[in-house]
Amino acid sequence: MQLKADNLVCSRGGREVFAGLNFSLSGGDALVVTGRNGAGKSSLLRMIAGLVHIAGGRLELDGGEADASIGEQSHYIGHQDSVKPSLTVGENLKFWARYLGAGERTIDSALQAVELAPLADLPAAYLSAGQRRRLSIARLVAVPRPLWLLDEPTSALDVPSQNRLADLMRSHLAGGGMIVAAAHGPIGLERARELKIGPS
Amino acid sequence: MTAFTALVVRDMRLSIRVGGGALMGALFFLIVVTMMPFALGPDMALLSRIGPAILWLGALLASLLALDRLFATDHDDGSLDLLMMGRMPLELAVAAKAIAHWLTTALPLIVITPVLGLMLNVELRAMGTVALTLLAGTPALTFIGLIGAALSVALRRGGLLLAVLVLPLTIPVLIFGVAAANAAIVGPAPFGPPFTILCALSLASLVLGPVAAAAALRHGLE
Repeated sequence: MQLKADNLVCSRGGREVFAGLNFSLSGGDALVVTGRNGAGKSSLLRMIAGLVHIAGGRLELDGGEADASIGEQSHYIGHQDSVKPSLTVGENLKFWARYLGAGERTIDSALQAVELAPLADLPAAYLSAGQRRRLSIARLVAVPRPLWLLDEPTSALDVPSQNRLADLMRSHLAGGGMIVAAAHGPIGLERARELKIGPS
Repeated sequence: MTAFTALVVRDMRLSIRVGGGALMGALFFLIVVTMMPFALGPDMALLSRIGPAILWLGALLASLLALDRLFATDHDDGSLDLLMMGRMPLELAVAAKAIAHWLTTALPLIVITPVLGLMLNVELRAMGTVALTLLAGTPALTFIGLIGAALSVALRRGGLLLAVLVLPLTIPVLIFGVAAANAAIVGPAPFGPPFTILCALSLASLVLGPVAAAAALRHGLE
């Protein structure tokens, strides 16, 4: 499985954010996108997810499911956590697992993977920012998808949780998955390649 | 459970829980219809003559009440991005949200309609027929409003814009809804033709609404 970007152009609000971006990523690879604020890191991730229009160039995923778009084979963790405060922790995760097409069998193990299992019946309104972030990370475990798009995934996480996330990412890569992450600091992956976009 | 039913169940749950706004439509409807006799005075003949119009206007405004938050909450917390990344076509996801909205907002309103006949000097049997016209017509209101909700998704104060966008489009529904209800209460025009057209309007918007709303969402997020 391979993700290839060829001469990618991004334009937001009539302004060109980046142009001529090339990279390719095979199964088991991680790519860390770095750059100044406004360089287009988040736009690149949203572009791969199919949430931002591709202004030019090509983006393709070889070896995936033929009839599914790249977005339908990816997980996207953005700046917001997509957590509904009036649903419980378990209900939040259960909904996304069902909606994104996985069964409910994986729910318990996903909650355990992010250490939220004891809080499964608590309304999500009472979670801290880091716990909400962990709940959205649980989605990655509950629904298997080959490509993870993570936008500053370690924000709001404490050190033990950052290590757990790094473990999850390593096992995803070991299983042949791919990760594209936008970050300002290290995200705990030793073998990750770096893609620098925009002015330095 | 499929993605479609999962989304319907989640949205119904959200609107029933704290801050969700289920039953607000029915309460608003109740208060509007209750205020009318006080404003118009105790003229029984007048009340029963304009009763259907009052009920339909009340239902129209009530069904728009919570509609502006339909996509805005999902947009604000990032859920809309994930909804667009599901395997299910966005058109179906949008339709699921509209169905959940109709079940929690419009259906309670229809259930209390027969009781409101007391306020408007309309006999109970005729009110049953009025409720039937609402049952046939309110899906059109929800699914037309869906387009406005999708267009105004990223706006902070989208509610007013939504009303301005959507209300003109609901005029045909209002005309045939009131015509069918009037036919049932005072006659002598037949009930069948306006009621059939009302059903047709609902069926057409059931198809067109989700397609237009999904297109609006896709365009708006880029």
